[in-house]
Parts: sequence; structure tokens; C-alpha cells
Amino acid sequence: MEKNLKLFLEKTYNTVLEGNKEEAVRLAREALRSGYDPYLVIDKGLVRGVQELGKLWEEGSCFLPELVLGAETVKTGISILQKRILKDKSIKRSLPKIIIGTIEGDIHDIGKMLVATMLSANGFEVIDLGVDVKAEVFVKMTEKHRPRFLCISSLLTTTMQNEVKVIEGLRKTGLRGKIKVMVGGAPASQEWAKEIGADFYGENAISAVRITQKESGYEKKGG
Amino acid sequence: MRKRPRLELLNKKRIEKIIDEALGLLLKVGVFVENKEGLKLLDSAGVVIDKKKRAHIKNDLVEKCMETAPERIEVYNREGDLSLDLQGYNVHFDPGSAALWIYDYRKDKIRAPFTSDLIKFAQLTDKLKYIKAQSTALIPSDVPKKMADRYRLFVSLLYSSKPVVTGTFEKESFRIMKDMLTCIREGDKNLSQKPLAIFDCCPSPPLKWSDLTCQNLIDCARSGIPAELVSMPLTGATSPVTLSTAIIQHTAENLSGIVIHQLAKQGSPIIYGGSPASFDMRTGTTPMGAIETMMIDSAYNQIGKYFNLPTHAYMGLSDSKALDYQAGLESGIGAVLAALSGVNVISGPGMLDFESCQSLEKLIIDNEICGMAFRLIEGISYREKNPVFELFTEEFLERGFLTSAHTLKWFKEEFFFPSPVIDRLNLGEWEKKGGKTAAARASELIERIVSPDSFNLLPVGKKKGLYKIINQDARKYGFELELKKRFKNI
Repeated sequence: MEKNLKLFLEKTYNTVLEGNKEEAVRLAREALRSGYDPYLVIDKGLVRGVQELGKLWEEGSCFLPELVLGAETVKTGISILQKRILKDKSIKRSLPKIIIGTIEGDIHDIGKMLVATMLSANGFEVIDLGVDVKAEVFVKMTEKHRPRFLCISSLLTTTMQNEVKVIEGLRKTGLRGKIKVMVGGAPASQEWAKEIGADFYGENAISAVRITQKESGYEKKGG
Repeated sequence: MRKRPRLELLNKKRIEKIIDEALGLLLKVGVFVENKEGLKLLDSAGVVIDKKKRAHIKNDLVEKCMETAPERIEVYNREGDLSLDLQGYNVHFDPGSAALWIYDYRKDKIRAPFTSDLIKFAQLTDKLKYIKAQSTALIPSDVPKKMADRYRLFVSLLYSSKPVVTGTFEKESFRIMKDMLTCIREGDKNLSQKPLAIFDCCPSPPLKWSDLTCQNLIDCARSGIPAELVSMPLTGATSPVTLSTAIIQHTAENLSGIVIHQLAKQGSPIIYGGSPASFDMRTGTTPMGAIETMMIDSAYNQIGKYFNLPTHAYMGLSDSKALDYQAGLESGIGAVLAALSGVNVISGPGMLDFESCQSLEKLIIDNEICGMAFRLIEGISYREKNPVFELFTEEFLERGFLTSAHTLKWFKEEFFFPSPVIDRLNLGEWEKKGGKTAAARASELIERIVSPDSFNLLPVGKKKGLYKIINQDARKYGFELELKKRFKNI
């Protein structure tokens, strides 16, 4: 790897650690001007940065606001680099798609927002359906977008049972076998996932990223 | 003469500033209301509702509604005796509610609870001296999920006489749960005159009332069942990060709840409560044992008292997953601070793992904490009428005071005597008795304490009445045969 590119990627990586969004915009534009491979900048600069933050967070030396700010910095950078990716047909690699939302009756956003941010910062295309999402909307959007994963969040014991309806809806429409379903949120658990027939339980945002990366084989490519 | 020790974190000026800011928040930002009936009530009262369904509530309406909310709420047990007198600095403890898990001490494992666990929990709560109300503490995993909320109330009413702190998971549950309460009281009017339950109604932070919780609030108001506001800002996550701003948001959410509630029915009983938490910036969890959580609780309780309303808080519980040092310290600090703050309803005993896991052993240990907290708020009395030097006679100066008339007169009143759960033996004695931990001693006590008394005291007609209500419900979920098997003793 040429020295300038190596230095550039290092700078991008540090920008994520610092959570500097303006600098990420500047660097992404510079990458396009210099003709660097946008995927290389995403993988070895931006995503590597957020992965390091994730590691530090798990060790207890990085706090959630810093982690989220880092993830948003990555998203900012990716949004600029993606424009080039979409234009340039010679670059082929479609990022796994994920649909996420908070279940019907529940208007809690924070946990779902954290997971969505971390997933998109790690290179996934995230379709966020928002909060208080009806089971039929989850199913309809799955049919429309054909994502690799469907992530359902609930913060209340009162609303988590609505998640059963999503699984039933997916079964009825023949979509269940085609996607992986992950549940998360305070009252959810491994047992709950098993009970309702979901594939995974994501205990936090980092764990959600790890599961989706592992399952989609994206882990290695992402470095 | 004695002084009741009090904890006050805010002075009057700061309380008024917080209220002023909260009123500004209600007017300028407004509160989101999802429920149609709630919006209609607000609209009829002249509240401006914007395109985003945010109700911008003016100060004068808040003041009007605060005036009609009662200062005192009395809650009665199943037999109709006064159990909770919610006013002033009166303190009452009840177990933390709606746990998804139970800590199985014998298996040293956290697992899903069964009906048998809830029965035992209710029977145990019934016997604990310092726990004045029960709660629908566990969500049994062996019933259809759709009917779990009302099934909890059915079991609790059967097996304990104490009033119940509860709540609904579904809109339609309220009617069924109210029917159960009415069955015990033999009529709607009797129920509103002598409430038997308190229903939690939780706004969603920041500044939102979901369809279900707003409906609960309205249903409670109309039936005269006390509603308990459980506003839960999480610092830096679902509210601004500082403690004072979280308290401002809490105040605004509670005030909006009181407005909706009093618009539904003036004079209906409402409790100024909450379950805020200092959001943990490392783990993303909501520690109830964090000192800042307790500081917010204590402070909003002061604001509730400023409004002359009965108050509630989730205190005296722990984030620990085991019956360990952390469980003890967090529960102990919480219960003591809550008692010093004069929180009228303190929900927490028994609870572990934030608000997710109940433990029978912890409930017994926490009962001792509550007893100590009650002793603390009694303060130090000055009982002696004669000069104290008269107590120091030659005889007692030589022999000590163990058998002096003064000792014999006062020792039982001066001291709180814990149950054998609290170890005060010397080392040798402790070893001789098996060298057991508090949890082990608590576990042994459970079997001795739990008894079928309360179940037997409930008249057969009322048992059958409760059964009829839950059986109708069970039929919808194909659960009636199993229900019959489980409650064949009715």
C-alpha cells in the first residue's frame, strides 16, 4: 500500500476515534478527489475505527456517547463515499441489508437507535422503520426489501409479546426461512428468542453487530 | 419529643425553579399523546395540539388540575382494613413489581417463574411485617402471555390479603382486573371508596404518553382506582444528562399525566411517582442501585410533596444478579434514603437485576432493611423526665445497667429487633449453627413463614367469583382445563 494512502487511512481511523464528523466529511471528499478505493477507505479507515471503539467500549474504557459519536462519524463518511459507489458500476459489493424497528405499542427509541447506528457504521445498509411498528409492517417491509436480517426491539414486557406476531406473519408469507430474525431490548433474552422462534438474541449493540457480521460472512472482509 | 430525620436535596428556591422550567417545557415543547381519548380531553380543555400530536399545556390548566388531585389516598386490604395511608411523610414498602425472572436460591440460578412461585411470593409477602402492600411481583411463564397481567392479579388476590400495586399489559386488561377488584369489594362504589389496588401508569420518556398507558390513566381516573405515575427519564439517553434536567423532565411528564387524569375525572386519586435512572454510559443499562438514581428519586419526591401529593419511588432494589454484597448495599442505601425522604410508596424489596428479577430470600432480607429504615425515621426520643444523673446509682455504676428499671422500661421500645436472618451471634455460636449466610438463613425461614392462612380467610364465594372471571378469560386462550387443574381447591 502506498505511503500516502496508508497515512490517509490512519488519519480516517483517528477521525472516527475522535468522533470528528466535519473531518470525516473532508476526508471522504479528499478520498474521492484522490481516487482512493471507497471500499478500502470504508473498511480500513472508518469501520476499523468504529471496531476499535467497540473494543474499547467492551473493555470499559470508552463510553456510549463516544461510541455513538464515532459510529455517526463513520455513517457521515460512508454517506459521501457511497455516492461514488452507486455511480461506479465497476465497484461491486452489495452491503447486507438489515431492517430494524421497535415493536407495536412501544415507543422507545434509544436502544434500537444505538443498534441501528452501530450496524450502519459497520457497513450494513440499515432500514430503520422507527418505533411502534406493527407486525404487518415488519412483514410487508421484509417482503419489499428482502433484507438479510430483521431486528426487533422492545423495552417493555407489555409489548414484547407482539414480536410473536411478526414471526407468525413471516411464516405465513413464506419469508421466515429467507431471513434471520434477531430480538433485543431490556426484557428480551436468549430464552425469549428461542421461545418465539427468533434466530438470535442481541444483548447489546456490539453483540448485534458481531452476530450479523458473523452470520453474513462480512466479519473477515470488514477486517 | 423527637425529630423525624429527613433528607432534602433541594431548597424551596430550587424546587420552584424546577417547576417553572417544567411548566415552560409543557407549554413550549409539549407532550406527545398517542391516545385519541386523551387528545380529546386535552382538546376540550383548550389545549393546543400540534401536527405531531404534541399537547402544549398552559400553566393555568396545570394549576387547576393540581388543585383537584387529592392530598391523601387511603388504600385498604382485602378485608377492608386501612393498610396504606398515603400522605405527608408516611412510608410504606411493597415488593418491586412485574419481574420476568426469579432467583432460584436452591438451584443458584435465575429462571422463568411459575404460578407456584407467585403463590409462594404472595403468601410470603402476606406475612412480612414491614412490607405493607403486595405487588403483582412475578410474570408467570406458565400461562398464555396475553392474559399474564390479569392472571397475576388473580393469584395475588387469592393468596394475600394485602393491597396490590399492579398494572396492565393490554388495554382490555383493565376491565378484567377491575372486575376482580370489584368482586372482592362487592361493588364499584365500594371499590372507589376503599381502593384495593394501585395501577402503575408509565409515560415514555421523553415527554410521551403511549396509547396504552394514557388509556390506563383515563381508566383509573374514571373508576377511582389510584393511578401511580411512573415517569422514567434516563439521564443522557431519554432525558438530558444532568440530574436537574432529568428532574425537570420528570416533573413535566408527571404534570401532564395529572392533567390528563384530572380531566378524565376531577378528584380521582393519583400518586406522584417514578422510576428514573442514571443511564450507565459504559453499559447502556439503567442502574436502580446507582446513587444518582436515588438522588433523582429523592428530589422528585420533594417536588411531589411541594404539590401536596402522595409520592412513590422504585427504591430499595438492586442491579446485582445474586444475593451478594452489592444486592445488600444498594437495597439498604435505597430503602434508607427513601424512608428519610418520606416517599409514601416505596416499591423495590425483593428485586434484583434492575427491575427484572425477584427473589423470595431477598424479600425476607429486605423486610429487615425496611424494619431498620422505619426505626431510623422514628428518630431519637428524649424519654427521661427526671435528671439523668439519677440513673447512675452506686449499684448500677458497679454492676452495669442490664437490670435497671430504666433499661427494663425502655429497651424494647428503643431498639429494632431483627429476625434471625440478621446475624448478631458471636463467631463460635455462628459456627455452631452451621456458619450460614443471610441468604441461607432467609431460605430456611421461607418454609416456616409461608402459610395458607390468607387463602383460607377469603370467603368461598369470592374465590369462586375471582375464578369465574379468570376462567372466562382463559377460555379465549384454550387454558381453562389447565386452570381447573391448578386451582381445583377453589
